[in-house]
Amino acid sequence: MIEFNTHPDKYQHWTIDFDCPIATLKLKVNEDGGLHSGYKLKLNSYDLGVDIELHDAVQRLRFEHPEIKAVVLTSAMDKVFCAGANIKMLGLSTHAHKVNFCKFTNETRNSIEDASRFSGQTYITAINGTAAGGGYELALASEYIMLVDDGSSTVSLPEVPLLAVLPGTGGLTRIVDKRKVRRDHADYFCTITEGIRGKRAENWKLIDELVPRSKFEQKVEERAIEFANKSSRPTDAKGIALNPLNRKIEENRITYDHVSVEYERQSGIVNLTIHAPDGDLPTDLESIHAAGANYWPLAMARELDDAIMHLSFNELELGTWVFRTQGEADQITIIDQTLIRHQEHWLVREIILNIKRVFKRLDLASRSLVTLIEPGSCFAGTLLELVFAADRSYMLDGTFEGGNEVPAMLRSTEMNFGPLPMCNELTRLQTRFLNDPENVENVRAEIGKDLDAVFADELGLVTFIPDDIDWEDEVRIAVEERASFSPDALTGMEASLRFAGPETLETKIFGRLTAWQNWIFQRPNAVGEQGALKLYGTGKQAGFDKKRV
Amino acid sequence: MKINYSEKIPNNVNLSSDRRLQRALERWQPGYLKWWDELGPEKSTGHEVYLRTAVSVEKEGWAHFDYVKMPDYRWGIFLTPSDSDRTINFGIHKGQPAWQEVPGEYRSELRRLIVTQGDTEPASVEQQRLLGKTCPSLYDLRNLFQVNVEEGRHLWAMVYLLQGYFGRDGREEAEAMLERHSGDPDKPRILEAFNEETPDWLSYFMFTYFTDRDGNFQLGSLAESGFDPLSRTCRFMLTEEAHHMFVGETGVGRIVQRACDLMKDHKTENTGATDGVRQYGGIDLETIQKYLNFHFSVSTDLFGQELSTNAATYYNTGIKGRFGETKINDDHLLHDSSYSILELNSEKIVNTEVPALNAVNERLRDDYIKDCDLGVRRWNKIIEDAGIDFRLKLPHRAFHRGIGQFSEIQTDPEGEIITQSEWDRRHSEWMPSQQDQAYVQSLMQPVTEPGKIAGWIAPPRGKINRHPFEYEFVRFN
Repeated sequence: MIEFNTHPDKYQHWTIDFDCPIATLKLKVNEDGGLHSGYKLKLNSYDLGVDIELHDAVQRLRFEHPEIKAVVLTSAMDKVFCAGANIKMLGLSTHAHKVNFCKFTNETRNSIEDASRFSGQTYITAINGTAAGGGYELALASEYIMLVDDGSSTVSLPEVPLLAVLPGTGGLTRIVDKRKVRRDHADYFCTITEGIRGKRAENWKLIDELVPRSKFEQKVEERAIEFANKSSRPTDAKGIALNPLNRKIEENRITYDHVSVEYERQSGIVNLTIHAPDGDLPTDLESIHAAGANYWPLAMARELDDAIMHLSFNELELGTWVFRTQGEADQITIIDQTLIRHQEHWLVREIILNIKRVFKRLDLASRSLVTLIEPGSCFAGTLLELVFAADRSYMLDGTFEGGNEVPAMLRSTEMNFGPLPMCNELTRLQTRFLNDPENVENVRAEIGKDLDAVFADELGLVTFIPDDIDWEDEVRIAVEERASFSPDALTGMEASLRFAGPETLETKIFGRLTAWQNWIFQRPNAVGEQGALKLYGTGKQAGFDKKRV
Repeated sequence: MKINYSEKIPNNVNLSSDRRLQRALERWQPGYLKWWDELGPEKSTGHEVYLRTAVSVEKEGWAHFDYVKMPDYRWGIFLTPSDSDRTINFGIHKGQPAWQEVPGEYRSELRRLIVTQGDTEPASVEQQRLLGKTCPSLYDLRNLFQVNVEEGRHLWAMVYLLQGYFGRDGREEAEAMLERHSGDPDKPRILEAFNEETPDWLSYFMFTYFTDRDGNFQLGSLAESGFDPLSRTCRFMLTEEAHHMFVGETGVGRIVQRACDLMKDHKTENTGATDGVRQYGGIDLETIQKYLNFHFSVSTDLFGQELSTNAATYYNTGIKGRFGETKINDDHLLHDSSYSILELNSEKIVNTEVPALNAVNERLRDDYIKDCDLGVRRWNKIIEDAGIDFRLKLPHRAFHRGIGQFSEIQTDPEGEIITQSEWDRRHSEWMPSQQDQAYVQSLMQPVTEPGKIAGWIAPPRGKINRHPFEYEFVRFN
């Protein structure tokens, strides 16, 4: 089982140095610390384990260190910044693991960019040696790239000439889209194994600043301070500790404080239920801070995130995730109102941004998502997003016969109208109503009100509203039918349908990862017996099928 | 083929017929001369040095002797004559005609090899630039300068390949060769051993014995290359490299000889630093052993990782062979063969079989170590003949390593794994201590009168172009 929970005390590959307001994340990969056996992580190359630590560090820097306003990514190795993903590891991995690995690393890179853009915690990269492939892509995720001018340190994306695959962590998209490197320069850059150094790297905008070796540390610090000075983060705030999740894993179930997960292995289904909190909720900043990682919107999101990652990596054959909620919609409404009221405060801002990222991870999950809205549920505000994130939703019209519960209702809050955009930078409602943008306003007009099934259907918020006579069969058939389809075709179809609307850096990265990289990852030219990825490291030369497709 | 001395840049590659290359080299030349002036042997521009200059690449004619001012030395481009039928001897292109142009698909690998090799040539000149001030004799000073100008010529040889075959990238790399400097905090030389100082003549002789021998083995492997111009260049460079190693071997041998002579003269059997030959101005055998340990270990690092993807690719694609490739009796493909290497396995050093293709570096290191041992035996012969009960010895390959798997551990010279704290406590038993270095440094007083020699080294037995030791090998102007 791949474990996503870690702590700086357990890191094998990264160290964090704090020199307020700057933190320095230093990479020194433990060669023998690979997640699996069969490869050595030489030259600061990485596997998923290295990235899990990075992901953890990025999260902790946001929540535990409000005083940190700029983060420097660098290497603690001499002459090597990072050699990218370990090729031997890729060669030994299943296709599913490769794809999951690429996706996770991309999500971590996006969270780095998110921190720079929204958290006032700007990442800069100090490339103090060779940065190849994923190593350079890591740098690309930061806002400012500094390269040591020692006559030998280079940046490179050698995947095409060396491995017959593509840079898998957004490299191609980021150089032309984010850094706006000219396409012909980019073409040349991506076809040479040795990379580009010095002045040319700077002139071509592959990096932002070239620094002599003897002045490197000093210049990096200067730049970090400049970025820190522009930060909106508070100077004297205290962070909150991201305590370990309270999680119990059993054969067919995972239980957290606010999220429960149950498997129906026979039918390939996971039932995920999110529970609203009981009792009094903090509404002022002091008590939110005191609650810290136990504050429901943060705790729930961390648990849901962990469940998504666990299911994505460790439960490949459970192809349909069915979401439910349980509890009082009023509680969710109070939470949403509290979050919106204090959204300028650093901690509340982080909590909202975190929910946003978790839901984005859900949007990107290669699983069919179904949301069931039943009596006793609380699909309000933040949790209402689960209805919009689903490929399909079913809402019971009325109640089950003999039940004495009140019928299920939906309720929107401000959280549905801006703070939780998708990768395409639109809200899920905007994406849903691309055809009829005014409908978003119709929904907004009902903000805070309970919407029953018929009205929700009329507003276009749910897919179907069976009554209790049809409910069981409709839901069962829909889920069973889905389980009979090709998982590949479903993943491709769902990913195509979920992200309507404009392209952004993130949608392009994930779209191209899925379409191009994953295709090339399957092709004999990469992974066949004569494929370049397969033969890398043996010294033998790849043989290509020369037909263009 | 005769060397064309009528041109600005002497050569046997018919440079005058290639205007583009000629212009590129002529543009590079002033930068080179400026570099020589600034970072070549210090305050030497006026000296007239009795130097060997290549006048022809044929066996009889490549050594022509005369007095030369070093900046006027005819640095040129000489390749071993081409053999029009030469084929590639190993790897997947085995049996195909050797490449006369760089194959596009191997462009960057070839360039990297040439740059790495080329970078070492000016580096050693820079490392040795102050030694002229403390030469033990005119004979040794002349040998130092001979080595220096030839290293300069080897840079020319590599620059010719870069300029002649690699387009704009090659020209940029040629410029960069003059921009990186040994020990420069901003732009150091590529390989770490070439950023160390050569502070004294004992270090210099050790360097020419051990580190130049690495160069010899690298050139030997490149001489096997399927890229014919590289092969031909390296083959000619090897003839000169042999002299550099000779300087090292005889230099160390003469220091050993002097130590033995002093021990006999003063009837002491003490081979250590105290109460031994140091009292009489010699360098004791134990100190020589420590210098040997240091230089052997850092030179061993130059062969890279034990298991190397790059080395495997170089071999398989016919870019860089093994030392003496054509004399090895196997399939020259190595796709299915294995090779035995030493491996660090849960804190023990054990033998293990690995794919031969990935172990090409280690095989070269093995060849190198065997070759290093031959000279050590000759030094020991001197000690044995003097009736002294002491033998010099190469340390274990795991000792004091900075690259490869053994860099993670510490061992004693026998290869026994020890703790870091034991290393911290004992390393001055095995490596030159500050006191040892200060002592050796204190001996470095210049002797520049013809026929005279410093007291810590014996005079040479051999002659230079039939001129005895007393000859005025350098005229100071």
